[in-house]
Amino acid sequence: MSFEAIVALLAATVVAGTAILYAASGELLAERSGIMNLGVEGMMLVGAVLGFIFTVRTGNHWYGMAAAMAGGGGMAAIHAFLTITLRSNQVVCGLALTIFGTGLSGFLGKSYQGTPISDPFRAIHIPGLADIPVLGRIFFQQDALVYLSIVIAVLMWLVLYHSRWGLSIRSVGQNPAAADAVGISVSRVRYFCTIVGGILAGMGGAYLSLAYAPSWQENMTSGRGWIAVALVIFALWNPMRAILGSYLFGGVEALTFRMQTAGVNISTFYLAMMPYLLTILVLVIVTIRMRSEAGAPAALTLPYHREER
Amino acid sequence: MIQYKFIKRETESLASHFIVPVLSIVLALLFGWIFLWLYGINPAETYLRMWQGAFGSSYAISETLVKAIPLMLLGLGLSMAFRMKLWNIGAEGQLYMGAFAASGIALFYGDLPSLVLLPVMGLAAFVAGGIWGLVPGAMRAYWDVNETITTLMLNYVAISFVESFIFGPWKDPASMGFPLSPRFSPQAYLPSIGDSRVHIGLLVALLVAVLLYFLLNYTKWGYEIKVIGESHASARYTGINVTRNILLVMLISGGIAGLAGMIEVSGITHRLQQGISPGYGFTAIIVAWLARLNPFAIIMVAFLFGALLVGGFGLQIFGLPFSTVQMLEGAVLFFLLGGEIFTKYHLQRSGKEGQ
Repeated sequence: MSFEAIVALLAATVVAGTAILYAASGELLAERSGIMNLGVEGMMLVGAVLGFIFTVRTGNHWYGMAAAMAGGGGMAAIHAFLTITLRSNQVVCGLALTIFGTGLSGFLGKSYQGTPISDPFRAIHIPGLADIPVLGRIFFQQDALVYLSIVIAVLMWLVLYHSRWGLSIRSVGQNPAAADAVGISVSRVRYFCTIVGGILAGMGGAYLSLAYAPSWQENMTSGRGWIAVALVIFALWNPMRAILGSYLFGGVEALTFRMQTAGVNISTFYLAMMPYLLTILVLVIVTIRMRSEAGAPAALTLPYHREER
Repeated sequence: MIQYKFIKRETESLASHFIVPVLSIVLALLFGWIFLWLYGINPAETYLRMWQGAFGSSYAISETLVKAIPLMLLGLGLSMAFRMKLWNIGAEGQLYMGAFAASGIALFYGDLPSLVLLPVMGLAAFVAGGIWGLVPGAMRAYWDVNETITTLMLNYVAISFVESFIFGPWKDPASMGFPLSPRFSPQAYLPSIGDSRVHIGLLVALLVAVLLYFLLNYTKWGYEIKVIGESHASARYTGINVTRNILLVMLISGGIAGLAGMIEVSGITHRLQQGISPGYGFTAIIVAWLARLNPFAIIMVAFLFGALLVGGFGLQIFGLPFSTVQMLEGAVLFFLLGGEIFTKYHLQRSGKEGQ
């Protein structure tokens, strides 16, 4: 493989990892507050389809993005209401969200399959930085959403670890009773984090339909939402590590895609399994190395109600 | 301002065990009604068509049963895992692996007599599906790896694996490019009941339900499963071997799903092909949950969801996508989850500032 090809591969890695980065950041935030949302796949799909439909209808990808955010956030609000207010089982509720989102997106997108899009997100060369050798190609000749995803993840890290807000969020996920005792509204924090998490998942989905693929296909996320959930564990609930993890998966996706087009003599079916097998492998390694769930918010999946603590 | 609070009931409300699931279906249908109406589609006509598609003729009813059989088996298998709070969402992949193993036997030993061939196919399917459940089960039991994600990931792996065969070495030369295995020999066909497409897989499912009911309620092992479901820690404390139980339950849960796969290829398609399951593995999660993990309730709920699937297929003729059904399924689960709180709590008006 030539040097040129490797740089191209790394640039493709960043693109392929971006959708997962949005979704993983969102899930990370929700889990930090103690809410596990396994509906990421469903929220991404709804984001992808709404983003696509609104971009086709309005001709402006930012309107599409806004619709995707509303869709992801709206789905997450259902999860928040059911798990926080009505104290439902978070695992089952997340599954319901995925099943519902898959159905809803398939229904809404039916007549948009194969529709071309006039205004996808296009690469923006950042003046100055784009001309840096190698790094410029990889990081600074991408579309706006790639930049935004990194900004969001870094911002989230800053907020979580270096602000009072972050402290509140982490304490709600760690020990809701103690957070409640110092006057933090547990359910308000959890609602906020879950819904913002959904908005980010919606953006991740829209990245696929508006920048990565630009098109709509049923089930186009093909498991990326689940990979994002796994990635949160891999990242040990730290947004900076989530960036790393997302690009790891992006790299595998980009690589298998290259290998397919280059006609490497491995069955495409085995190549297609790679991201999923990698997810399992990574999960096993991280879990063994960390000996149980070190770093996991202690109150994850546990509902909180004052009178029963 | 009037505020409401959830007050814990002294005892769980038994009536709500029945009312909540029924009401959640009704509300989901109502939601679908409003959704379709907003979308400019005549809801009454749509539901009527679904009803006719599922129950309108003896053929329709037999199709509903045909779709209900895998849901029964998968739901029963999943219910065991769910009872122990093992979130096996890999039934889809376990089904595919079972179908794969059974097809392998049928394709290579197809000249054996039915009485030998069918049990061997069933056994192979059980083992293959079981292994597909056991692997994430072992990861969970020994290393505490989150089984929700691993079982789900293995779905994708299983489907790709099966496709590698039907697009490759097992492809029927006479299929004109379609991804199908050759047709099985007639010995590998599951006998049908009467002259319908309903096959004796139905009896297998009923048998599994009875066995499971007996096991859960009248054996020490069933009791252990219940205790582990309450709390892994307290089960360990009372000397129950949690690790062994996780392995066993994931093996059996996957095995039953594998059996469902064998029953699909042997009873319906008579060959291995793409898309043997329209997401049975996921629908079965809802079936098991709606039935509150009760084996006999699973049989009935599976029939209902079989009807929903068949009705949904019928809609495609009228240009409505199959995803309409998935949407309704998700909505049923939402309402069910939302309603479950009323089995343990009741709402009380509180004048003072609440939470």
